[in-house]
Amino acid sequence: MWTIFTNNLPMFMEGLGYTLGASLLALLFSLIIGTVFALLQINPNRIARIIGRIYVEFFRNVPLLVITMFFYVVIPRLGIPLSGFAAGSIGLTLYTSAFIAETVRAGIQSVDPGQMEAARSNGMTYVQAMRYIVLPQAIKITVPPLGNQFINLVKNSSVLAFVAGFDLMYQGNLIASSTFETMSTYAIIGVLYLIITLPLSYGMTYLDRRWSGANKREEA
Amino acid sequence: MRKFKSWLWLLPLLAFAVLLSSCGTKSVADEDILSRAKATNSITWGVKNDTRLFGLMDISDGQIKGFDIDIAKEVSHRIIGQNVQINFVPVTSQTRIPLLKNGNVDAIIATMTNTPDRRKVVDFSDTYFNAGQALLVKKGSPIKSVKDLKKGTKVIGVQGSNSVQNIKKVAPDAQVLQLSDYAQAFTALQSGQGDALTTDNGILYGMSADNPNYVVVGGTFTKEPYAIAVNKGQKAFLDDVNLALTSMRQDGTYKQIEDKWFGNIAGFSDGGLK
Repeated sequence: MWTIFTNNLPMFMEGLGYTLGASLLALLFSLIIGTVFALLQINPNRIARIIGRIYVEFFRNVPLLVITMFFYVVIPRLGIPLSGFAAGSIGLTLYTSAFIAETVRAGIQSVDPGQMEAARSNGMTYVQAMRYIVLPQAIKITVPPLGNQFINLVKNSSVLAFVAGFDLMYQGNLIASSTFETMSTYAIIGVLYLIITLPLSYGMTYLDRRWSGANKREEA
Repeated sequence: MRKFKSWLWLLPLLAFAVLLSSCGTKSVADEDILSRAKATNSITWGVKNDTRLFGLMDISDGQIKGFDIDIAKEVSHRIIGQNVQINFVPVTSQTRIPLLKNGNVDAIIATMTNTPDRRKVVDFSDTYFNAGQALLVKKGSPIKSVKDLKKGTKVIGVQGSNSVQNIKKVAPDAQVLQLSDYAQAFTALQSGQGDALTTDNGILYGMSADNPNYVVVGGTFTKEPYAIAVNKGQKAFLDDVNLALTSMRQDGTYKQIEDKWFGNIAGFSDGGLK
């Protein structure tokens, strides 16, 4: 198993790089898009709420693979060239953003409505109240479920393998099919994914513990 | 205590490692396939179900049909008997060797080229079909042969297939994109994800027959003898398979099957068929 790893080290490292790249891109953009659609969903404006709802329900109920294949196969035929890596990252971003929107929405709505009312009656605008009063409290509540989304995102990035996106899973498939060492290759791939996801998992637990600890001190 | 806890997250990694080390020692059951097939009066073939002319799922009746399938049926009848129960398990270039090794299929007849690398892992029968690798491009493409595959051109291949290794040798500057099966590879070609699709000509002719906007260019640049693969250590089974193939050629059954699938395809002799 070790020789499989050392013999194919450049391929494994290239795969790790593309997986990390796609994950980071998707993480950044899905967080932004997800937050925007979470805010749309709880917006006082009815049209905004409907738009937010449609977006979230669409992307969280369509399989990731279908979204990715759409960007890989259909969009290029409409004249917009998209590589496998781009199609995979876009699919990953849209899919994850729907779940992040739900997570953030739930976080915001779990903040007592009295907080918003109090902020508004103190003369803050809706945006100010959201920005300074509601969101800071919501973020703390949102961290553990968001951590789950990030971990899922890293694992889901293996969808890139399906559209030749050069990620870990893709390289693993190639190595397995040329060396016939299926067991060892996928074992190594599994360990490499764990190396990305376990620290992420641990980091989220740490943040959660630290922030909930801070809350307790404030209450005391 | 605190320090101990902070390392707890390494435990899953450790558990995974232990799980793996226990897997390495597992060996394939060395059951004699020929006697088992005769005893149970059944045989299981690994076949393609996405490859026109060789093995394709017919949606109207759910049966897999093609050249490989007819050869497999004929071989089974000759080795085991006319009323043998023949099972077909769909495989891909990527899954077929693991499935054979695990004993999920008794033999593979799935557009599989006999290569030295593969001979280390499985045993091959005599060649049942002489194919060669070629290029499929959109009609009017500037690519006329493998010589036109320069830096910046993208060639689509299928993961686990021998053709990908070949194209890297013949056109080292071209970028190779490997997709999971032929249907997807052809879809990617149609979407402009690559400039050419490369694999064995028999498969490319099938795609071209389906979609005349795509043509095979430049002739073949490799020899790809398709053979039936069986597990190592199945000498009796392999000998019987070879006997069946020889007798099929002699009594004209092979020619009938060949004509049934390839008789109407223009320019097919380019493939180097015997």
